[in-house]
Amino acid sequence: MSGNIQLLNEALATAKAENRAALVGYLPAGFPSVDEGTAAAIAMVEGGCDIVEIGLPHSDPVLDGPVIQTADDIALRGGVKIVDVVRTVGEVHAATGAPVLCMTYWNPVDRHGAERFAEELADAGGAGCILPDLPVEESAGWRAAAERHGLATVFVVAPSSRDERLAKITAAGSGFVYAASLMGVTGTRASVGAQAADLVRRTRASTDLPVCVGLGVSNAEQAAEVAGFADGVIVGSAFVKRLLDAPDTQSGIAAVRGLAGELATGVRKR
Amino acid sequence: MSTDFFIPDPEGQVPNAEGYFGAFGGKFIPEALVAAVDEVAAEYEKAKGDPAFAAELNDLLVHYTGRPSPLTEVKRFAEHAGGARIFLKREDLNHTGSHKINNVLGQALLTKRMGKTRVIAETGAGQHGVATATACALFGLDCTIYMGEVDTQRQALNVARMRMLGAEVIAVKSGSRTLKDAINEAFRDWVANVDSTHYLFGTVAGPHPFPALVRDFHRVIGVEARRQILERAGRLPDAICACVGGGSNAIGIFHAFLPDEDVRLVGLEAAGHGVESGEHAATLTAGEPGILHGSRSYVLQDEDGQITEPYSISAGLDYPGIGPEHSYLKDVGRAEYRPVTDDEAMRALRLLSRTEGIIPAIESAHALAGALDLGRELGPDGLLLVNLSGRGDKDMDTAARYFGLYDAPEGDAK
Repeated sequence: MSGNIQLLNEALATAKAENRAALVGYLPAGFPSVDEGTAAAIAMVEGGCDIVEIGLPHSDPVLDGPVIQTADDIALRGGVKIVDVVRTVGEVHAATGAPVLCMTYWNPVDRHGAERFAEELADAGGAGCILPDLPVEESAGWRAAAERHGLATVFVVAPSSRDERLAKITAAGSGFVYAASLMGVTGTRASVGAQAADLVRRTRASTDLPVCVGLGVSNAEQAAEVAGFADGVIVGSAFVKRLLDAPDTQSGIAAVRGLAGELATGVRKR
Repeated sequence: MSTDFFIPDPEGQVPNAEGYFGAFGGKFIPEALVAAVDEVAAEYEKAKGDPAFAAELNDLLVHYTGRPSPLTEVKRFAEHAGGARIFLKREDLNHTGSHKINNVLGQALLTKRMGKTRVIAETGAGQHGVATATACALFGLDCTIYMGEVDTQRQALNVARMRMLGAEVIAVKSGSRTLKDAINEAFRDWVANVDSTHYLFGTVAGPHPFPALVRDFHRVIGVEARRQILERAGRLPDAICACVGGGSNAIGIFHAFLPDEDVRLVGLEAAGHGVESGEHAATLTAGEPGILHGSRSYVLQDEDGQITEPYSISAGLDYPGIGPEHSYLKDVGRAEYRPVTDDEAMRALRLLSRTEGIIPAIESAHALAGALDLGRELGPDGLLLVNLSGRGDKDMDTAARYFGLYDAPEGDAK
């Protein structure tokens, strides 16, 4: 079975046709439990997310701030395994029809086997993978496996990326380009960096791929601001925080659905 | 005074341009750090070719650090090692009390050349943190040290030393709250502050160019020791023992002996409560290749690629990874790596203290324990060189509790 890269491309094209940014929501698998994590990710789509990223929790999340670190820790203590992550991707896609990507660090994929992981992710209906600590220079093996199985490889670019690197990275990527809004780890910020608009402009100069902006976005106002210059808005920690702060999982999932609704309004106000 | 202390590897064969030692190494870093890591590599290449850099570093190594460090023969200790002759390379006598200062001074000079004003570093036992805080005081740089909360407790003396030197020490409470987690937190800081900040990495791990760069700054240990043991013993040693956590002191003393194929290079890993107990940090004995902290090397991990929590009584060896060059040396068979338990290391610590009047760091005591075994294997004709990488002052609280040296009721004698 082939992965759903095409579905991802269509979701981004639809948003563009509607003259708005796409809304991409992130939650880690297994948090607070595998089934509740699946339900929360489904609620993100019901609330208005166009695209879902399911995190594969890692013991050493060096690019994540305290919110996602805490969620990963809860998921790993709960015993989440790669097989559970793949199942979450499959169930969220089956329930919503939305494109679902996996986001994780390179070691779990490398250890599992790039070919095996790509095959299992594609079989589950996954649309692609984001591997922020796998630089383009080390990515040939993974990209070959992803391409064989119809999966997108989404690369991250940063404000520090020089133009020649942007060209090299975007030439190797597919699906979309993940533009980090600022220099830092994941987590909500009071304001989204002014560097983001410049990075999107420079990235577009090197590729026709849609450019989605992540890191720091947590509310409808910021989503609208980013939607003014990007093809997509990526929100992660703000969703995780809704679940962490809720008195119980059901109200947490309701809060996730509510936040997705607010953000969906935001991305339509460009 | 001799000015040949800073001698980058004249062979220049490994790593290759991509930072690989055979199958190990590389640069597995987020895009946000690529420019900064490339800047370090470029600046180091320029510095290597600049006689003024070598001259400034050599001057510091002589007049600030106190190099060359002595080579001490330990005859009474050696009686317990089958009668083999044993020489200690006294890195414990360097300023700040360990080998770590060699690398720190080199990278502090690079920091200045790059025009950066702030330095961050990780530390396990606190020796790298103390050396870094020292260099930052000397050069007027802002300094933040990340240290696992467990380690801030068992190495409290070094926390006080760092703060006395003006550094900010941040206790890291995530994960296993040891060295691995301190490195994670330092990387998070670096990503956010890369314009002003140099990450003064403390061991021969991490992304390229750190494994080669840190090694080059520590090669002086082996360069000196090789010359000294030829003068003193008239021949090369049969084996060299060094403890390995990340592997910096071991690479430092091994490297000048790599071409001497008859010299066995033996790294001693922390086996904690025993490799079979699962509570250990014996990465090369029990790990498998994976990616941790920016390079491919042996790591302690589960079947899903999650890094498993290490354990050692020694904060400096309590790390689930290892520098990639050690993985390479293991796989090509040039070096061998053996596990040493907490108890074996602590017995060696006490033995050296009582036979020679030298209290070693618990890290270095792992190398001494390995030397006791190797000496018995080699017999009375054997000649051993041991890297005494650090002094044990910082470990007196741990040792006092272990041996019951405090007056009751504090003692917890074994």
